[in-house]
Amino acid sequence: MTVFSVYVVNKAGGLVFQYDHQKTSIELEKTFSYPLDLKLEPQTDYVTVVFGQQDGIKVGHVILSVNGKPANGRKLQDGSDVMEFIENEKNYPLNIRFGRPKLSSNQKIMMASMFHSLYAISVQLSPESGSSGIQKLETDTFTLHCHQTVTGVKFIVISDPKQVGVDSLLARLYTIYSDYALKNPFYSLEMPIRTELFDSQVVAAIEQTEKVGS
Amino acid sequence: MSKTTGRAFENKKLVGELFTLTYGALVSQLIKDYEKDDEVNKQLDKMGYNIGVRLVEDFMARSNLGKCQDLRETADVIAKVAFKMYLNITPVVTNWSLANDEFSLILENNPLAEFVELPERHSDLSYANVLCGAIRGALEMLQLEVETWFLKDALKGDTATELRVKFIKKLTDALPAGED
Repeated sequence: MTVFSVYVVNKAGGLVFQYDHQKTSIELEKTFSYPLDLKLEPQTDYVTVVFGQQDGIKVGHVILSVNGKPANGRKLQDGSDVMEFIENEKNYPLNIRFGRPKLSSNQKIMMASMFHSLYAISVQLSPESGSSGIQKLETDTFTLHCHQTVTGVKFIVISDPKQVGVDSLLARLYTIYSDYALKNPFYSLEMPIRTELFDSQVVAAIEQTEKVGS
Repeated sequence: MSKTTGRAFENKKLVGELFTLTYGALVSQLIKDYEKDDEVNKQLDKMGYNIGVRLVEDFMARSNLGKCQDLRETADVIAKVAFKMYLNITPVVTNWSLANDEFSLILENNPLAEFVELPERHSDLSYANVLCGAIRGALEMLQLEVETWFLKDALKGDTATELRVKFIKKLTDALPAGED
């Protein structure tokens, strides 16, 4: 009964707006003593858990903060390397917060353009001519709804599989786009939308959909 | 006009008059800036184009209509839905060319030019040229290239205002997937 995120993609496939509506993201904090029984591995953007699941900390979770200091990729905010800090016995006992990694904005832009291409491919795949593209993509944990307007703008909503009323949310998003983005003279077409009015209207629309949906 | 209570009707009329006044102020400022009627016409068309490009999304969002199948349907939608929605007038669609690629919109009374009288020295001015630009811009976003111009203008002494729309071609290069 939740809407996870909203994407707006322009005619050319570029991401114009993105919003993540997540009320609770699972984060686990735990105190550890030397030696650490989780196996960690540094990746390009994060330090991930690769072995040693325990207490809800799963493989794939990344380090979000150490001793309260937020981790910025592989380094802490004060510049020290996360792996070195953890391997040093003198720093124990220490407190590490784990959680699922969030998509970076570059990754989101890539996903949006990939979906744009998949949408075009799906039109070609159809045995009938004049078919629409992907309207719904279902998995066991989420459903992706997409509505393409006649002008080529795509509104994508990723929601819980049980969420109802997403069609009206998509229509409402189109109205909000035509009002708060297009009627703003300072907004150039096809560019990213960075206005607070638009953001707050989208949030209000999502919250209304969640309330109405059973 | 639909029957509304006295107060609401007054308010609607006042907003309508403000709109006419604003448009008049816009045209007079453009005349001061550009002096030549030709230039002013061009600017009005450009402004109309920018309006049309954005307004079409609002129109599609509110009217929930799908794609039109041919030019006749497009003309009907423009006259009966779009003009009604935004200017509260319903122009008549007539004078179809033989190849069915040109039509006219006859506007009985143009709300933009409600209190206007065109002087002699501005006889070449297309006062409501912003409407031409708007139709052109809106249809271009829907992959239809058209040419629009005023055939007759009530401000220049004709009985009614006639806006001519000519279909040039379908724009297929930037077609969204699924539309053909």
